[in-house]
Amino acid sequence: MIAVVAPLIATTSWAPNIFFWTIAVVATAAALKMVTTDNVVHAALYLLIVLAAVAAVYVILGAEFAAATQVMVYIGAILVLLLFGVMLTRARIGGDDDLNYPQRWIGALVATALFAVMGYSLWEAFGDDQLPDDRVVQRTSDVADSIFGSYIVPFEAISVLLLAALIGAVVVARKD
Amino acid sequence: MWLNQFLFFAAVLFSIGVYGVLTRKNAVLVLMSIELILNSVNINLVAFGAYNQDIAGQVFALFIIAVAAAEVGVGLAIVLLIYRNRRSIDVSEADLLKG
Repeated sequence: MIAVVAPLIATTSWAPNIFFWTIAVVATAAALKMVTTDNVVHAALYLLIVLAAVAAVYVILGAEFAAATQVMVYIGAILVLLLFGVMLTRARIGGDDDLNYPQRWIGALVATALFAVMGYSLWEAFGDDQLPDDRVVQRTSDVADSIFGSYIVPFEAISVLLLAALIGAVVVARKD
Repeated sequence: MWLNQFLFFAAVLFSIGVYGVLTRKNAVLVLMSIELILNSVNINLVAFGAYNQDIAGQVFALFIIAVAAAEVGVGLAIVLLIYRNRRSIDVSEADLLKG
């Protein structure tokens, strides 16, 4: 039995695929619940599941630094900021039936049409292209070399943008 | 693994995010849906980085994460200001610029 299965395991990369499809189904279900739930806090927790799933997809793709940054920045910072927003705007805890526009079918129509167009063009453009089997993990040191080498100017621009945005946020939200 | 399975996953998340932006009244929920859209773009960038064996995909994904952090900071500050002035963050009521 093992002698039959072992070469099969060695020649096909089924393990990443199983992980990927599990993660994709969980993330899609969580995202759908996030946009339909009646509870603002629950929506933030469903968003946590989606963000964690996206970090796992980065790991499958071999982007280790992006995965770590996703966990630290999105789950650690942005999600907490959104929960603070929920708290400070005194959202009703435990169900609120006035979170959606009544004409939800228009939104569903637009989203479905968008997905149909994107799906068709993706299929036309890439078909069944495979990721390279011998792809390597993109090391954090390579990311650092790239950011502080060829992308140093965009990096500094992003730094100034972040500083300006945070000072702007403080100025806008300050009580005076 | 196909490249397209990652791109289709990203397209699904993007469409769900667009649905959330279009149908939600609560401004904080709209910001959450925007985060969903930005994440789907990041999946595309990282997937293409793995496809072409190019580090630039991951680098630009990191740039987008930084921009998203700035966006949510400013966005929440504006939402708090609207809440303080109108005691409501219903985006359908913030229609002062409507002609």
